[in-house]
Amino acid sequence: MKNIWSIARRDFQSYFTSPIAYIVIAGFLAIMGWMFFWSLNHFNIQNMQYMQYGGGKGPSITEAIIRPLYGNMNVVFLFLVPFITMRLFAEERRQHTIALLLTAPIHLTEIILGKFLAAFALVLIMLLLTGFYPIMLFATGNPELGPIVASYIGTLLLAGCCLSLGILFSAMTENQIVAGALTFSSGLFFWLVSWAQQAAGSVFGELLNYLSLTGHYNNFGQGLLHSSDIVFYLSFIGLGLFFTHRVLDSYRWR
Amino acid sequence: MITVTHLTKQYGPRTAVHDLNFEVKKGEIVGFLGPNGAGKSTTMKILTGFMPASEGKVMIAGHDVFHEPIKVKQSIGFLPENPPVYPEMSVNQYLDFAARLHQVPPKGQAAAIANTLKRVGLWDVRHRLIQNLSKGYRQRVGLAQALVHNPPVLILDEPTVGLDPKQIIEIRELIKSLRGDHTVLLSSHILPEVTATCDRVIVLNRGKIVAEDTIDHLTSRAQGGLIYALTVRNVKAAGVEALMQLGKIHTTGNRLTIELKSEDAREKVIETAVKHDMGVLEFVADKVSLEDIFLKLTTNEGSLA
Repeated sequence: MKNIWSIARRDFQSYFTSPIAYIVIAGFLAIMGWMFFWSLNHFNIQNMQYMQYGGGKGPSITEAIIRPLYGNMNVVFLFLVPFITMRLFAEERRQHTIALLLTAPIHLTEIILGKFLAAFALVLIMLLLTGFYPIMLFATGNPELGPIVASYIGTLLLAGCCLSLGILFSAMTENQIVAGALTFSSGLFFWLVSWAQQAAGSVFGELLNYLSLTGHYNNFGQGLLHSSDIVFYLSFIGLGLFFTHRVLDSYRWR
Repeated sequence: MITVTHLTKQYGPRTAVHDLNFEVKKGEIVGFLGPNGAGKSTTMKILTGFMPASEGKVMIAGHDVFHEPIKVKQSIGFLPENPPVYPEMSVNQYLDFAARLHQVPPKGQAAAIANTLKRVGLWDVRHRLIQNLSKGYRQRVGLAQALVHNPPVLILDEPTVGLDPKQIIEIRELIKSLRGDHTVLLSSHILPEVTATCDRVIVLNRGKIVAEDTIDHLTSRAQGGLIYALTVRNVKAAGVEALMQLGKIHTTGNRLTIELKSEDAREKVIETAVKHDMGVLEFVADKVSLEDIFLKLTTNEGSLA
């Protein structure tokens, strides 16, 4: 446990000693802020129109702001996660610092978990910074708490899946760009995999739908925590990290 | 302290190291000598548990590298070929990380780091980022990393590469100061390096051990036969033929190298040469330097044993 912490600490610090963390966080907040502002704006206009024409209740905050906002946040993470994970192992291999880790009295699993934890902590910070939006909504209106909390949990898990993929590809190559590109395209693939559902027939289509990262997110957006979704995300993360272990171990054997 | 038996490593069809057997006793400093690509780094990587061997067994400090890697790694300090340093960290931060990785108890950690910094001469640059340090300093940072947890066994892959002459001497002194408490295995392709620091040499060529001995023994063994050099004015075929009776002859221009069977034959050599009117200019014992041995060992298949 202490070893995991040692690794995580170093990698987390190195995000902040290089410009990576600042740029990723700034980019993330700028995009999210833009989305939040305009969805709020749109929501106000819509509600005003409903009031003017007396057409009953307008769309709720959850429907008009929270669900699209956090749904889009996932897309933003899909774009940004490769930048967070691409260096984790690729850089260690290029700089030959991997030798330090592999000859230290620690297990490979501890190294991988440490790196995952460092990247996860950065994502967590990004998510916490967006806590400003719900706080603002609570201060001025009365949104439902459930969907917000569920969205955060879902987003965190989904970003975790992307991180796990990213770490796997980072372990496969010395080249950060290659690692990043593979992470992005495979992430996108798991995003769109359910598109083939209708053409693929019932059983296979069901399977593709199950594999879709977004498919499992829908329930979270509605404030529903299904254990099947949580288990899917956790196993996705676990499998990615397991493959990372295999890749790094086989790299030693070559 | 280090026992290696039948160690073999294959990269696909290429054999990098073939059937190595050697031992390093506690407190010894042993040099691994060999040209580039002889298998030095590969062997060291296997000893440190960085990569597994294809065949054979490595025991370090009483533990098998393959079966108990963590225990072995605890007792090893390793400086790989390329110093494994993070450019974006300061020297202090880096050593702090290395100390944590090697489970230096938190209590003595600060002292251990300060000690190591002074020992390798990094105290003055401890707050600087590694990326701003020269190659020599980076090498020392790598060395500091191997020393910070005060391991009983040190494995140093070309510890003085990239250093200036003054730094080389400093590092050699440092390595010599480790004698006794630490068991050191260092590699080099530069001979004086090994002569200056090591008790014993293992010469490696093309993945095989071609010689293993103390430096003194190695020199005398290479001399083996009595080799003398005779320089004459005119090389005469008849004379050379007569000299052949006395020992093996190798002719280069007007210089003849003779490997005599006994010391007493020296007289006869001159006698013969004079008799054939070759005009003797010089007759000297052909000293074999360690460089010659090294070249002899590593350029031919020939072994000295």
